[in-house]
Amino acid sequence: MNDATTALLELRDVSKRFERRLDLAGRMARGLGANLRESTVYAVDGVSLSVREGEVVGLVGESGCGKSTLGRMVARILEPSAGERLWRGRPYAQYEGSESHSERLAVQMIFQDPFASLNPRLRIVDIVGEAPVVHGLVPRRERDAFVARTLERVGMDATLMRRFPHQFSGGQRSRIGIARALAVSPRFLVCDEAVAALDVSIQAQVLNLFIRLREELKLTYLFISHDLGVIRHVSDRVVVMYLGRVVESGPTAELYARPNHPYTAALIEEVPRIDARHRSYVPIRGEIPSPLAPPSGCHFHPRCPHAFERCRAEVPALREIAPGRLSACHLNDIARS
Amino acid sequence: MNTRLLEVDGLRTHFFTKAGVVKAVDDVTFAVDRGRVLGLVGESGSGKSMTGYSILGLVDPPGRIVEGSIRLNGAELTTLGAAEWRRLRGNRIAMVFQDPMMTLNPVLRIDTQMVETVRAHHDVTRATALDRCREALVQVGIASPDERLQGYPHQFSGGMRQRVAIAIALVNKPDLLIADEPTTALDVTIQGQILHEMQRLCRESATALLWITHDLSVIAGLADDVCVMYAGRIVEAGSVDDVLDRPMHPYTRGLLDSVPSRNTPGRPLAQIRGMTPSLLHLGEACAFRERCSRVVEGCSAAPPANVSGARTLRCVNPLA
Repeated sequence: MNDATTALLELRDVSKRFERRLDLAGRMARGLGANLRESTVYAVDGVSLSVREGEVVGLVGESGCGKSTLGRMVARILEPSAGERLWRGRPYAQYEGSESHSERLAVQMIFQDPFASLNPRLRIVDIVGEAPVVHGLVPRRERDAFVARTLERVGMDATLMRRFPHQFSGGQRSRIGIARALAVSPRFLVCDEAVAALDVSIQAQVLNLFIRLREELKLTYLFISHDLGVIRHVSDRVVVMYLGRVVESGPTAELYARPNHPYTAALIEEVPRIDARHRSYVPIRGEIPSPLAPPSGCHFHPRCPHAFERCRAEVPALREIAPGRLSACHLNDIARS
Repeated sequence: MNTRLLEVDGLRTHFFTKAGVVKAVDDVTFAVDRGRVLGLVGESGSGKSMTGYSILGLVDPPGRIVEGSIRLNGAELTTLGAAEWRRLRGNRIAMVFQDPMMTLNPVLRIDTQMVETVRAHHDVTRATALDRCREALVQVGIASPDERLQGYPHQFSGGMRQRVAIAIALVNKPDLLIADEPTTALDVTIQGQILHEMQRLCRESATALLWITHDLSVIAGLADDVCVMYAGRIVEAGSVDDVLDRPMHPYTRGLLDSVPSRNTPGRPLAQIRGMTPSLLHLGEACAFRERCSRVVEGCSAAPPANVSGARTLRCVNPLA
């Protein structure tokens, strides 16, 4: 890619396989001739992605499309099975050792569930203050003042820092999760469904916080969500995934106005909208296939209204269809020829 | 035949806890006609689900209905005994919940669960009951019902489970279906399918639908009328077009304005400040006044429900 030199974060052909090995009973049964196989899920299948400094990339897709797994690989929570991750043009592996400590802390993650992602037995001051002290960013005796500043930055009353997570509402807990991530001065935040569990009025407050922090701290986001409205609002560029693969990507406004891939088009069409009254839903058919047994060729072909022979046999390549726009659909070849 | 199916009048469901009285539902009044879809919208703790449970007689202690009446086809429900409730629930009134795993018994096959529902209310043979089950499954868009009937819930995807739950609710052709956030846990494309089926079913069978959700955009596409709830009260009600195009309560307006798709991308969203109040220490005053931008002196008194035509509004300083 020509913008590789300026990319803050880059993924090259990254894949993640999860294998379910047979247990002892299974192996014995197989030894006796039972038809049992170890099953492999390709949660993420050859995804390339680059994020420039200061950019917000929205990653959208339905359950099982691998968007969370991808986010976790970016945040170093999971190791990819194949492919390369680059930070400022250098592979992740080169950032080992103490001198690149701060570079490793530069990517932080914000989790979906503000209830499950905070330790219920720790006070807020410990939740937010632990990492910067452990990593030597803040001396222990300055911890409380530092936590107070961090909490104020996310719009929380610093006098509440001695409380436990259960004493806060969902929206406040989200802010605590954000404060915890910001405490180690990251450059890049992976937000995995960070507003999905919140009520509409609270969701707007937290989204505004993300927008304000981006400007104040010059942050870069990978914003993962199933909510196309949220993605549209916060992202500069959108990447659409389906069953482990990227099917389309492009600048937000263009992609929403003129989706190229039939799946993207269907997603955008299906979103309920306030201004669409008494509409007749014309749903896309079929279920999301199991990632354990994905369809052949283009993963979307069993549900696609335009599928033809080639879609069943051949995996469509992700190709540039316009400057900055990529799509993986065989129909584009037909349109061209 | 009278078209008015359900009338809820002055319903109050309170919970008597050690910490005090929680007014989960506080003076709620609305009505649903046959074949119509009423959307009940609100955020967590607004009392929207508890309203649904009250209609179905599912309020457990320490909660109880302290006042008001619920009439189905003109017959009062709040005074029914246990045996009468059993005849009604799953037969004339049915409910679909958010989590289909909660509705379906994980250790029983689908056919067992469905046939039980039919035979609890109708004196028919197992074969006849199975025919009705098959019919109900086809109705909700399940392609091979015979195969599915033999399955267990864990063999189904989330969307398929919710379809089965809806099929069970519909198998006895109820007059009223209460749906509590049935598509919230589902993916966008699957939600689209379920909304499509529900819409069609209501039209075809004249079943009235009470759709409980936090998502205004789902209501916009599906419902005929809408009630917006806040802290146990209906603050605004009317036809979907009236309420969503010309909201008069500051809370409705705030909710609509905070929806991302109605804001310019990248700019800060219009937001409602503060958070939902605890239901424990609510006085008679308007519960929204702490967060409201149009607060006036009169807000500290109980806001009366102003009814004009099909529109109800509880606000002393409404938007024009």
